[in-house]
Amino acid sequence: MTSQGIILSGLDGDRTWRLADYVKRGGYEALRKIIAEQIPADQIIGEVKKSALRGRGGAGFPTGLKWSFMPRAFPGAKYLACNSDEGEPGTFKDRDILRYNPHTVIEGMIIAGYAMGCERGYNYIHGEIFEVYDRFEEALAEAREAGLLGKNILGSDFSFDLFAHHGYGAYICGEETALLESIEGKKGQPRFKPPFPASFGLYGKPTTINNTETFASIPYIIREGGEAFLALGKPNNGGTKLFSVSGHVNKPGNYEIPLGTPFSVLLEMAGGMRGGRKLKAVIPGGSSAPVLPGDVMMDCTMDYDSISKAGSMLGSGAVIVMDETTCMVKALERLSYFYFEESCGQCTPCREGTGWLYRVVHRIENGLGRPDDMDLLNSVTSNIMGRTICALGDAASMPVQSFVKHFGDEFAFHIEQKKCLVPPQVQYDGSKIYVA
Amino acid sequence: MLSPESLKKIDREVAKYPADQKQSASMSALRIAQEEKGWLANETIEFVADYLEMPAIAVFEVASFYNMYDLAPVGTQKITVCTNLPCALSGGVHAADYIKKRLGIDFNETTPDGRFTLKEGECMGACGDAPVLLVNNHQMCSWMTEEKIDQLLADLQK
Repeated sequence: MTSQGIILSGLDGDRTWRLADYVKRGGYEALRKIIAEQIPADQIIGEVKKSALRGRGGAGFPTGLKWSFMPRAFPGAKYLACNSDEGEPGTFKDRDILRYNPHTVIEGMIIAGYAMGCERGYNYIHGEIFEVYDRFEEALAEAREAGLLGKNILGSDFSFDLFAHHGYGAYICGEETALLESIEGKKGQPRFKPPFPASFGLYGKPTTINNTETFASIPYIIREGGEAFLALGKPNNGGTKLFSVSGHVNKPGNYEIPLGTPFSVLLEMAGGMRGGRKLKAVIPGGSSAPVLPGDVMMDCTMDYDSISKAGSMLGSGAVIVMDETTCMVKALERLSYFYFEESCGQCTPCREGTGWLYRVVHRIENGLGRPDDMDLLNSVTSNIMGRTICALGDAASMPVQSFVKHFGDEFAFHIEQKKCLVPPQVQYDGSKIYVA
Repeated sequence: MLSPESLKKIDREVAKYPADQKQSASMSALRIAQEEKGWLANETIEFVADYLEMPAIAVFEVASFYNMYDLAPVGTQKITVCTNLPCALSGGVHAADYIKKRLGIDFNETTPDGRFTLKEGECMGACGDAPVLLVNNHQMCSWMTEEKIDQLLADLQK
């Protein structure tokens, strides 16, 4: 964990997550200021807009704008949800935020609740990180005890309560409406939009959902000002961002750096390529983001606009690095299996299409590919994309399209020669158990 | 059907949601029930449904949708290894192969003594710690080298 940023800086692993440590770092100053000065909600949302904070969960939607969609004057319950259902292969940042700095998420959510007039919030925590859920519950108890959560926060007339909801193993619940269904105690199948959650969300009430890292950025923005946050990044890409670097590097882990940092610098921070091997490909924003060849990636800077110009997405900031020992067909086969396994089954194009994608990539990898299989893959993806309720279908298709586009020769080799371009033993040895 | 301790835990979960939204606690109630029973039999699911005043089928839908619930008996120790791409690049597959060899079972199998079940998992959101595995859904083990796997299996054997 390396930080040049605002969320993970000044932390000492498992030893500094408690309320007292957070307060020492300036924690809850932003909330105290809001309460003491009775800062109007519009001013808070204005500050968030100024910061150019964009949703850190993957879509990169401007947070301030999202907040302004909430009907503040709506009578009755309004809800807030934090999306900590981090299960996009390659993404592991929210886990570190929640276990090392949980109060920054809590403070961010309280401020958001204040700004949007919500009375209650839920943090939806990924099923597989139960220990983090336990710790977050403890942090909530600390905040409640200190009068920072619950009725009449810090003696004001503002009340807001926050609870943790534990997932139990479903990637789809990272989709915001599936997440709401799941909090409602149902299977997590996405809802058709519109209506959007801001008008019909949790229990049918106006609801705003933001990612963990997004909420964690809010206290800084209020304390130091939107301009200060913006200045940490680059125009339209405000702030620092956590990048989860995994794969064939010497030091996998989380790196919090300014948006706009060159990829080459990030790669160097992550210890460079394992064993000095050659970079082959990078998935820059989690498994759903299109893969980019290594040389294209070396010319990119790590921000929404640069990665998008190169033909991919910054997504959640999950950087999966693959070296020359990687078989691209095998890599895609594993990802395609994942989407097939995780499709919720609601929409036919995704339910059936992800199965087709997996089976066709599987047969190519296993020497049973047919001459027109690459065309078939492209045809299946175009019949999935844009034809489903949520983005999982697109997420399953984009890796397939980009792997075939950039590494078509390797797919063709498999189909013609009935074997991998990279010898299986080289692949196996290149991905041995590696601990930094 | 469930112990008083489990029911107390479920009540604590129910209290997190608005009074008329008890069903929101179905996921945690099933989790708590599974912790006590080891797996979710139909009668356990029905009990949870009655307790939360929900139709049994609605709770069964939840139990069958989320993949950390076990609808069939598993070994005392369920080991789930992530083999998704980021983990695989740092030895996830090697770690799984090693466990298979040590236990003499494949994925989705249980050792004859009923002690261990091995599962292949999807992304656990801890790719930087690869190889990663989970013991009984809740205990995450990071950076699992062969030595650490040996140690873990020895500890779980006790």
